[in-house]
Amino acid sequence: MCRWKKYKRTLLQPSRIETALRTVMTLKPKQLFRQLVSWAALLPLASTVLVAYLGTVLWSLNISFTNSRTFPSDQYVGWAQYQRLFDNDRWLLSLQNLALYGVLFIAACMVLGFLLAVFIDQKVMAEGALRTVFLYPYAMSFVATGLVWQWLLNPGNGIQQAVRQMGYPDFTFDWIIDQDMVIYTIVIATVWQASGLVMALLLAGLRGIDEEIWKAARIDGIPTWRVYVSIVLPMLGPTIATVFVLLFTAVVKVFDSVVSMTQGGPGTASEVPAKFIMDHLFGRANIALASAGSMVLLLTVLALVAPFLYARSRARRREEQA
Amino acid sequence: MNGNARRRRLTPARIGIYAFLLTAALFFLLPLYIMLVTSFKTMDEIRLGNIFALPVSVTLEPWTTAWSQACTGVNCNGIRGGFWNSVLIAIPSTVLPILLGALNGYALSFWKPRGANVLFAILMMGAFIPVQVMMYPLVRILATLGLFSSLPGIVTVHIIFSMPVMTLLFRNYYLSIPQELFKAARIDGGGFWRIFAQLMLPMSTPMIIVAAIMQVTGVWNDYILGLVFAGRDNLPMTVQLNNVINTTTGERLYNVNMAATILTSMVPLAIYFFSGRWFVRGIAAGAVKG
Amino acid sequence: MASVSIHNLCVRFGANEVIKDLNLDVLEREFLVLLGPSGCGKSTLLHSIAGLIDVSSGRIEIGAQDMTWADPTDRHIGMVFQSYALYPTMTVERNMSFGLRISGKPKAEIERRVKRVAEMLHLQPLLHRKPSQLSGGQRQRVAIGRALVREADVFLFDEPLSNLDAKLRAELRRELKLLHRKLRSTMIYVTHDQVEAMTLATRIVVMYAGKIQQIGAPSEVYEKPENLFVAGFLGAPAMNFLHGRLKPTPDSVRFESEGLSLDVTPYALRAAASQAREVVLGIRPENLLIDAAGEFAGTVSLMEPMGNHHVVWLDFGGTLLSSVVSGAPAFCVDDLVRFTLDVGRISLFDSMSEQRL
Repeated sequence: MCRWKKYKRTLLQPSRIETALRTVMTLKPKQLFRQLVSWAALLPLASTVLVAYLGTVLWSLNISFTNSRTFPSDQYVGWAQYQRLFDNDRWLLSLQNLALYGVLFIAACMVLGFLLAVFIDQKVMAEGALRTVFLYPYAMSFVATGLVWQWLLNPGNGIQQAVRQMGYPDFTFDWIIDQDMVIYTIVIATVWQASGLVMALLLAGLRGIDEEIWKAARIDGIPTWRVYVSIVLPMLGPTIATVFVLLFTAVVKVFDSVVSMTQGGPGTASEVPAKFIMDHLFGRANIALASAGSMVLLLTVLALVAPFLYARSRARRREEQA
Repeated sequence: MNGNARRRRLTPARIGIYAFLLTAALFFLLPLYIMLVTSFKTMDEIRLGNIFALPVSVTLEPWTTAWSQACTGVNCNGIRGGFWNSVLIAIPSTVLPILLGALNGYALSFWKPRGANVLFAILMMGAFIPVQVMMYPLVRILATLGLFSSLPGIVTVHIIFSMPVMTLLFRNYYLSIPQELFKAARIDGGGFWRIFAQLMLPMSTPMIIVAAIMQVTGVWNDYILGLVFAGRDNLPMTVQLNNVINTTTGERLYNVNMAATILTSMVPLAIYFFSGRWFVRGIAAGAVKG
Repeated sequence: MASVSIHNLCVRFGANEVIKDLNLDVLEREFLVLLGPSGCGKSTLLHSIAGLIDVSSGRIEIGAQDMTWADPTDRHIGMVFQSYALYPTMTVERNMSFGLRISGKPKAEIERRVKRVAEMLHLQPLLHRKPSQLSGGQRQRVAIGRALVREADVFLFDEPLSNLDAKLRAELRRELKLLHRKLRSTMIYVTHDQVEAMTLATRIVVMYAGKIQQIGAPSEVYEKPENLFVAGFLGAPAMNFLHGRLKPTPDSVRFESEGLSLDVTPYALRAAASQAREVVLGIRPENLLIDAAGEFAGTVSLMEPMGNHHVVWLDFGGTLLSSVVSGAPAFCVDDLVRFTLDVGRISLFDSMSEQRL
């Protein structure tokens, strides 16, 4: 009974469309023209958002409920593709790999990036040179990174061989061909590439902290490490959250590095969801299954990003009101 | 008089800091060193030698091979083709997104047409959508428009995927410009396009530089979009690089591979080394989402 | 409480010598104000006393102990900053007690100190709020509170009221004065605002270009400035300056300039005037009296109503002189009025050395 009353109330309120129409009709012609001009200029934006972003997502969602293989089909099969997805060993392995990779990658990048930023912030000599060295990997493509590390970790010619030649014949470092350890090699390569980014962002955050807070802490007699832990780190909360979200999205998207470094191998040991989806979209010609997979990926990302963006805009609005 | 003058004490803590930073620097520089060193060695040296050793007999052959003779799939004309493809892709894929981003940012921050904020919010969320979700539908759309596997096609795709960041950059930049400037221009009689072209765009030089650096680097380093949308005749350097290295039959020419890798990374690395602070500004600006 | 002694202090930033050979004795329990324009070195001096800046040469003693190279914590000081510098993620209570906790003071002692200071500064209702939830004036009180809990020997203030609006500034100024009277601690206060200096200080140190221009009680610095800079810096509106010559005659001394000749014999010269010299005569607007029976005449060029008084600007032969008239003036702009100068309140400065005669 109460639900009906609430429903009726919302029904009787002028709909959004009505309000919009009413506003448009009360505008004077010149105002209307101005609004139209700016809307016209935003046409590329509007079409991109509606077609390329919203449209494709809905399209993929639609396909994931069909039984399309090489060509799209009109036959709807409900959740069958999703069921097949989660019965697929390769997919499950790719999810497992992604989870393991994600945790290690994000943790390592955060810790390394934070330490680098803090240490560089200690007024060291050659700060500019050091920053250049730590950040240059980020300017390289994922493909190049994967290829270089593939070469470095090559058991026959790379580090393992070099150390053996230096007099340690029993040294082994063949992770890249070891099914259980290959995922760690991808962690190493991508952490090498991305830590500099984390460092740059955290350093910018550190530098944004009011100099006088440091002075006050010195007078209070607070040791430097304690200032970082109790004062600076909490103040960097928003920056750290941003970095975390950036790293998380990078994790979900990981594709180039895996393709160039291990091609998903040995076997399927370093399979990741993005590669699974691409393989099924093109090579193995199962569009519906691939679309189902990409929907799962999308949900994973949205599950984290949506609350983050929402919390962010709320914080910003609160700041503006204060 | 300054017997106990306080100098930057070389305490254990400071030694620890420098030790850590230097070790980290070695870790970061190692792959670059290896790349360079390997690319100047002969294959004999590589087979028998140590990956860390400097080349005994420096040779430029791997470089010339990589540039003009390496096999990128069916042809064996080196990756120079990929280089020019990347250039042809990068230029329009930088200029157009910047113009559109500036236009969008300008409209959103100064004119604020009704409902545009909803579009912007969706655009921001769109930046996080994994590309695989959009892949197949985009392929179909481009195919219908006759743009699939073509240069205009890949440029369109780059425009689509860079719109969130570009719009965000310019919107935030224009938000930092006082509204009074805009109002004064309106009073002076400027309309939408005139204010954009003659006032705001010229004022945006710093952001244009930052956006250009980010976009060129991003487009040049892109792999997956080039792989799918560029078409066999327009494959960017990154795709060709992967082909050279991972799809070779027979013996792997590691020196050629490394030379090819360096050649592919040269443009973005050069941009990085020469742009210095601008590069970091780009990262910081792009990370402050929403 | 402690005194602070500074001997031959030099502070250099690279090639730039900010403080040159400075000597200063801060007496116990006094409220010393370092006053001067931006860049005069007053903040640098304060930071050197605090130990936040390394000195190039010289000695700093706090409480008769050599603290030139001591860490800020070991100097037993409390400091209040211009931007408050409160720890943003901690509550007011935590902000005040954090330093004490780190130094390992017992919990009961910390609680006692925080409670005492909170009462003194009316902070009790705010103890569990974060800085972002406080107004500017409240934040500044918390900053003062954080310094006070340290129960230090010397308290340093670095332009603490500059970020507040005028009304709040006046309010907190009065509170600070009461605080000083209550605590009777040594306080060193930096400001560029002469009103703050005049109202708060027991002694004012006027600084310019890294050197002390004059030290003295507010009334002394105001009424008997040592040089042209001090004379022109204190007082609003600024002191009027007239350039002319000092002519000693056997039984009197006269000041003569274009359009003005004044008998300045009552002025207490430091050294007897033996020969004529170029001088600058300074007279404050409140001592330039508009009087129908006055000796000199000028045209009213501008009148600024200030509420309870008016500032009247007179055109005197090309020079603009200001006068303060209380109540409503009986004349208008462009009127010709007569005025006198109160000879007992003038200042004479040598034109070349700018020093007081």
